[in-house]
This record gives sequence, structure tokens and C-alpha cells, in this order.
Amino acid sequence: MTDTAMKPATGLRGRRFVTPVLALLGIALLIAAPFFGIYPVFLMKLLCFALFACAFNLMLGFVGLLSFGHAAFFGMAAYVTGHAVKAWELNTVLGIGAGTAVAGVMGLVFGAIAIRQKGVYFAMITLALAQMVYFFCLQVPFTHGEDGIQGIPRGTVFGLFDLRDTLTMYYFVAAVFLVGIFVIYRTVHSPFGQALKGIRENEARMISLGYPVALLKVLAFTMSAALTGLAGSTKAIVFQTATLTDVNWHMSGEVVLMTLIGGMGTIFGPVVGAGVIIALQNYLATIGSWVTVVMGTIFVICVLTFRRGIVGEILARWPKKG
Amino acid sequence: MRLHRLALASSALVAFGTVLAGAAQAEISDDAVKIGVLNDRSGLYADLSGEGSVVAARMAVEDFGGTVNGKAIEVLSADHQNKPDVGSNIARQWIDQDGVDVIVDVPTSSVALAVQQVTSEKDTAFLDSGAATTALTNDQCAPTFVHWTYDTYALSVGTGKAVVDEGGKSWFFLTADYAFGHQLEKDTAAVVEANGGTVVGSVNHPLSSSDFSSFLLQAQASGADVIGLANAGGDTTNAIKQANSFGIVQGGQKLAALLGFITDVDALGLDVAQGLTLTTGFYWDRNEDTRKFADRFAEKMNGQKPTMVQAGVYSAVMHYLKAVEEIDDDGGKAAVDQMKKMPINDFFAEDGTIREDGRMVHDMYLVQVKKPGDSAGKWDYYEIVKTIPGSEAFLPIEKSSCSLAKK
Amino acid sequence: MQEIFGVPAPLLFGQLLIGLINGSFYALLSLGLAVIFGVLNIINFAHGALYMMGAFVAWLLLNYLGIGYWPGLILAPLIVGAVGIVIERAMLSHLYDLDHLYGLLLTFGLALIIEGTFINFYGVSGQPYAPPEILNGGYNLGFMFLPKYRAWVIVASLAVCLGTWLLIERTRLGAYLRAAVERPDLVRAFGINVPLMMTLTYGFAVGLAGFAGILAAPVYTVSPIMGQNLIIVVFAIVVIGGLGSILGSIVTGLGIGLIEGLTRTFYPEASSTVVFVIMAIVLILRPNGLFGRPRE
Repeated sequence: MTDTAMKPATGLRGRRFVTPVLALLGIALLIAAPFFGIYPVFLMKLLCFALFACAFNLMLGFVGLLSFGHAAFFGMAAYVTGHAVKAWELNTVLGIGAGTAVAGVMGLVFGAIAIRQKGVYFAMITLALAQMVYFFCLQVPFTHGEDGIQGIPRGTVFGLFDLRDTLTMYYFVAAVFLVGIFVIYRTVHSPFGQALKGIRENEARMISLGYPVALLKVLAFTMSAALTGLAGSTKAIVFQTATLTDVNWHMSGEVVLMTLIGGMGTIFGPVVGAGVIIALQNYLATIGSWVTVVMGTIFVICVLTFRRGIVGEILARWPKKG
Repeated sequence: MRLHRLALASSALVAFGTVLAGAAQAEISDDAVKIGVLNDRSGLYADLSGEGSVVAARMAVEDFGGTVNGKAIEVLSADHQNKPDVGSNIARQWIDQDGVDVIVDVPTSSVALAVQQVTSEKDTAFLDSGAATTALTNDQCAPTFVHWTYDTYALSVGTGKAVVDEGGKSWFFLTADYAFGHQLEKDTAAVVEANGGTVVGSVNHPLSSSDFSSFLLQAQASGADVIGLANAGGDTTNAIKQANSFGIVQGGQKLAALLGFITDVDALGLDVAQGLTLTTGFYWDRNEDTRKFADRFAEKMNGQKPTMVQAGVYSAVMHYLKAVEEIDDDGGKAAVDQMKKMPINDFFAEDGTIREDGRMVHDMYLVQVKKPGDSAGKWDYYEIVKTIPGSEAFLPIEKSSCSLAKK
Repeated sequence: MQEIFGVPAPLLFGQLLIGLINGSFYALLSLGLAVIFGVLNIINFAHGALYMMGAFVAWLLLNYLGIGYWPGLILAPLIVGAVGIVIERAMLSHLYDLDHLYGLLLTFGLALIIEGTFINFYGVSGQPYAPPEILNGGYNLGFMFLPKYRAWVIVASLAVCLGTWLLIERTRLGAYLRAAVERPDLVRAFGINVPLMMTLTYGFAVGLAGFAGILAAPVYTVSPIMGQNLIIVVFAIVVIGGLGSILGSIVTGLGIGLIEGLTRTFYPEASSTVVFVIMAIVLILRPNGLFGRPRE
């Protein structure tokens, strides 16, 4: 039994055309969405989690390392942003920047500690580190323990746009999302991204080729953490709260589910996965605690039948033309 | 991007216009009064609020006649999972999308505080029955808010004073490590000291602990007369059970559950719970009216008698509907203002009044849990020791830090 | 009163003894996890849910069939073990050739399903379960009052842990098992039914969780969420001990119980986190855990 990395869908073929078309379509959809009568706050939540899942997928899908502690970055960034905007009265954009930066630094530290580990051990040590962050958040005064930071003002974009207006807020979130996705897309398709995929496929070979594998992995982890932080910070502004939910290990599990169901190793899979899960949570809220059972069932079905995820399966069946 | 900004600006204008128009009209919005029961339906506090509170709200609507001034009344419900973020999201969505006019129940202080932010911003009435923190009617008070059933202050004056009077002079606190627990500890410590007692120490435990034995050992080692449990729900029942098995009560120390519900007593069983002193806003077997309500409630709830939270939900919804009927307006502040003008007289409260800070003032009851031999059967658990008049039970308005109280 | 580092000695000894009791539960659960990982290569995230199920089965037996604690002590693990066998046959057996992580994810989903279902039927405020008559009361040890039932917990779990360890290390069956872990292909070639062995192993290990569940029922309230946070701690213990190491999991389980007891004496707020701190330190210094063998 060899310790193969989780096999994501290989789906780069025949996408030269498709990608820009899909991208434009996606952007158009993003712009038009609030006018189809979809509740904007729901859309914003979806976008934040989609970005979170994509950032997480940078590690799982493209480096082949499962982190079970990404909630730490998500939640901590939310706290930092919330505190910066509420207590220090920083501009919203700077607040988000601060949250992202802190998450990035944490990623660097986590990465440096955990990166020697592989597979299950990597998942476990990230979980342990995240639990320590959870403990930290529970104890320090600025996070307000179980109450969380509440009533975070949405503020403005440097006085130009008033984010208290729901639509303005939506377009702000959409812009953040697009920037995040673009960064991920560029990373994955850069030489750095190719090197990461090389590590995923055959680490020993990459080492022998002279790549600084550990450094590359830490860099990828830092980036993944920072982007996760960006998502968490933005969520804190949208919902005006930052709470323990965001740092809890269940959150780490949820993002794994989103990525898995959408398709790990694909750029847009996690977006779809986040959409499915958030929509389920939203529309099944009326059936109360059965939501947990439904989510669990999806998890099981996903692992047993379509491990490539929704997008992964579609890509795998895409006709091989030109 | 420039294009959307334009579209955006114009649609924002339209949205703003609608808001203005909405605020200008004093009438029942969307031709319906929608009541959202938001509470814990699957967690630590599901038994004391949960489905029971929804049933209570439905009963109130039914008893009211199903319509108010010809407009239909609807009851919605959702699970906030004791998470502030989940709670505030649901509240926001209910108000924005579903046209909910009043949110009721909301146990768990942290969630209630989060919902308070949303309802006060969106001029929606918020009638809290389940949460305990006094912050809701102090620093964080709002003109759209009423705190119906109890709060940490009422619990501490009730139980704290009673226990000190019985000779429990030195206290050791076992405190749930979050805002509610700390507040309850602080309030009770003040009462204990004001009545000539002392606090010898305290230990914080994480929320929903399964094992209290080590904390109990510390309490035991402190040698205090009384171990005050500043926690709730499953934490309280676990702590009591384990104290029992470690022989703490037999060793001469007394337990004081500062917040206990009848469902907690049921979970513990009388063998373990007997002799506990509790403060409650409602006991089903108090008089003819309460028994009548409890019987009807139990019929719909597999025999479970209502907790104070569930009874409070009925009372609050009923009073709200009367107020809306009176003014024919379901705007948050308008309805709550009207509610403040009318006294509350039902099985829950006699001559209850709502103060400017949103505190509903009514009598509280000091009860003692019966011995198994004295109980006639399931749910016959309390002996009412004393009625605490509303004027003593709640923080005097002069001491409230609510901005609405100081005009 | 004698003091140690500013803490009264009786309090310290009391905390250590309580730590040992908690450690007994940890040991039982981490032992099962270690066996499952060793033989099936699966991190069983559903272990906490199955432990809860053990407690609930005991409660259901008592309340619906009138079957008491002692028969329950045999029946509950058997029933939970049977559930485990179904899970293994229907789902886990399809994942053996894949990465470990899929097993982790599948069992995570299973945990959600099991816990969610029980929450829907029984709520979470917990059901009382009284200890058997004979174990009521306690011993006054001078420095603390030890309930008889808790003393029984230590004895019972240590006996079961020791028995399991002997079974695996000292019997022919255990030898087959250990061989199957090393070289499943070779063992199969000797005509031993490896899939059956895996199924039974999972059933047995999960049965241990069920046993821990019924053992815990009188100590803690029987609640659908009783295994939720426990499982994370037990994971950490297994990792500290070294994934797959049987002895490591038992020793670490008891050890972490003691360390938590110490932490509770000196810095109570950290008691639920100390295990993760230890885990991080151990993984940095000894990447394979305290008792683990180096991986390839």
C-alpha cells in the first residue's frame, strides 16, 4: 500500500477556450445575481466561503496536504478585522488587510512547524495547532469569549463607498472574491504552481531535481492561510460579527466537505462545493438538526461514489477535443 | 465596473425610498404579522426552550384568534445552535426576506446580544424569554426590546439571598467560562457580600464540560459552606450529579444552582436534585390558571410541563398581539412602546409592567425541589417557598445603565 | 495541611486520581483507535459517536427492555460492535486501497450522521443513568472521597486494556493480526481470510468504544454530544503515542489523564488544551510519536 497523495481530477486539457468564456460568464453572473431576487446576504456568505474553500484547496488540491486547522486562519482573521474596525476604528479595507496579514503570518508559523509531516500526521498537527489558537481566542479579552465581537461597523471603502448599503457591500465582496480567485488562478498556473503539483505527484523527484521543496510548501501554506484570512475578514465585515464558530474545528471540517464535494484540485470546484453546502444549510435550516445528518450523508456518499467531486467529475467526462 | 456603480447607486436609491415609505406608514406590513421563534432546537438548551417555545407561541396565536385586525398571524421557527453568528444571520434574513415582525425567545446570552444588534437596527420587535444577561436592558438596551422572563440579577437576589439567609455564609463559585457565567457570578457575589457572606474563591470551567470532578475537588478543598453553580443547562445537571457521587453534599457543603429549569430537575431525577433552592419566573403548579395552561401545553408536548422560558414566550406573544391590535402597527418601536403602556395580566404575571429599559417586571418565585417521597409523580417537583415581588426581583431602574432609562 | 507548590497535598492527589479515571476512558478509546489504524489503516473519526452509542444502547436497554447495567456491560459493546461490522462491510471496506484521508473523511461524515440522528430523537440535555446498587457509595481515602463506581471504572478499563494488549501481543490470533498489518498479501497467501479479520477487528475495536460508553454512562450524563469533543482529545492521544502503537495508546491515554489532572490543579482553564500542546511538541521532537516506529 503506497502512500499516494489524494488524486484530484486532472482537468487541464482542452480548457484554453473554456476558461476565459467561463470566467466572463461567471463575472456576469456575479454582477447580475442580486437582480434575480436572490438574497444578497446569502450571496455574500456564499462568496466568502467559496473563497475560503478555494484557498484551502490550494493546499489540499495542489500540494496534496490536508490541513485540518484552517479554521484558525479564518477565525483569527475575522477577530483581528473585527477588533481593528470596531475598537481602533480603522478603515474597513485596512481592517481586512490587517486580518489577512495576521493570517498570513500564522500560516508561516504553522507551516514552518508542520511542513515536515505528511498525510494524516499533517492533518493532526494542524488540528492541534488550530486547537491552541481556539484556546487562545477563548482566553484573550479582545475576542470577548463566547459572545464574540458583535456589532462590527461595516464602514466605508476609504470614504468613497458606503458599505452599509447591502448592494454596495455585495459588489465589494464580489470584488474581493474575484481578486482572491484571480490570485489563486495565477498561482496555480505559474511556475511556482507547477512546482507544487510536481511535489504532489512525486516529492522525492522534485527534491532530486533541486527544488527547495520544504520552502515551496511553506510558501504555499502561507498563501493559503492569507487568502483564508481574506475570506474570514470579509465575512466579519458582512455579518458584523466574529465568533468562536469561525475558529472551531467543525469549521475546518466544513471547508474540507466543501472542497471535497466540489472537486479538489480544480479551481472552481470549491466554489461549487461551497455553493452546495451553504445553500443546503440555508434552505434546510427549517428541518433543524437534521441538517447535520444530511451533511454527514453527503460526506459519506461523496467519499464512496464521487471522490473527484462535482466539478472534478464533469471535467473528467469532458470530451477530449483539440 | 463603472456601469454597475451606476446601477448600484440607482438601485440603492430605490431601496432607500422603499425604506422611507415603509417607515412613514403606520400599519401592519405585508398584510400579516409574522412571529419568528428563534432558539436552540438541538443543543444544550433545546429542552428548556426549543420546540416547547414554538408550541407556546402557536398556542398564544390560537388563543388570540389567529388574526389581528383581520390580518393573518404566522409563526416561524429556527435553530440558532447557540451561536451568535448563526442567530444574527437568521434574524437578518427573517427580517429582510420573510418579513418577520417580531423575534421571540432567543436563549443564550451571546446570541441574544447579537440579535439585539440586528433588531434594533431594523426596527423589529424583540421579546427575549430565554437569555439571562442583564446587559440586554443595560449597556446594550434598545427601544425595540423587552426582556420577559428572568435575568442574572433576579436569579442572584432570589437564590443568593435565600441561601445566605439559611446560613450559607462562605461561597465558592463554579463558573461557566463565558459572559453569562461571569455575570451571574458577579451579580451573586454582590448579593452574597451585601447580605453578610463572603466569597472564598471560584474556578472557571469550559462551556459544556463533561467532567466536573476536578473542579468539584477544588470547591471541596476550599471548605466553603456553599458551592454556587454559575452555569446552565447540561453543565448544571452534570455538576450536580457529580457532586452527588463525590459525597460533597454528604460532606456538609451545600450546592446552589443559580439557574435551574424544571427540565434540568427532570433530567437529574428527584433523588439527586432534592433540596435544591432555585429561582424561577414560573411554576406550572402555582395556581388554577397556571395548571390549565400547563395541561394544554403538556398535551401537545408528550406530557412535558412548560419551563419558565416557554411560559414566558406565550405571555410575551400574547401581549405583543394585544399591542399590535391596539395601534394597528407592527413596527418594532411602535409595538414595544404600546406594550410598555399596557399592564400584563395573565397566568404568567399579575400586574406585570414593562419599564423604559425594556425589563418586564413581575413576581419571581423562590422554590425548593421536593423530596422523592413528597412528590406526587413526574413534574411535581417544586415547593414554592417565597414569592419575590417584582420590585425586589429586578435591578432598580435608577441603577440601570440603559440610555433609555435616563432621560 | 501539607502543601506542594502552594497546593494542598490532598487536592493534588485527588486531582491525580481523577486524572487517572479520565485516563482510563482515554486509554480504552485510544486503544480502539490504534487497533483500527494499525490493522485497517483508517483514522476512525466515528469513534466518539460510537462511544456515545454505547452509552445510549445501555440507556435504551434499561428504559425499554428493563435490562440493567451488568448484562448491558456485555450487550452494549456487542450491539455497537455489530453496528461497526455493518459499517465496515458496507463502506470502509471500499476504501482500503485509497489514501488514509478518505477513511478520515468518511468516518467524519458517519459521526455527523450518528450524532445528528440521536440528537433528533433524544435532544441533548442528557438522560440520567444510575450506577448499579452495589457500586453506590464510596471509599474515604483520607485525601479524598472516591466513589466506588469510579474505582470500578479504573479496574474494569485497565483489565480490558491489558486483556486486549495480551490478545494482540501474546496469542496466535494476535500474531496473525500483526502479520496482516505488515504484509496483508503474504498472510492472504497463507490462506488466512484477511478481509474477515479486518471486519472483526473493526467490530472489536468499536465494541471497545461501546464498552467505554456504557462505563461512562453513570459517570457523565448520557447525551448525544458526549463523544463530540472527546474524540479530538483521543486523536491527539493516539498521535502522541504513535499511530498504530497499541501499548503507546494505553500508556499515553493514562498519562494524558494524569497530566490533565495536574493542569487542572495549577491552571484549570488550560486543562482542555494541554493535550494539544503536548501533541505539537511531541510531533516536532519525535515525528512518529512516543512509541511509533519510523515510517518508510
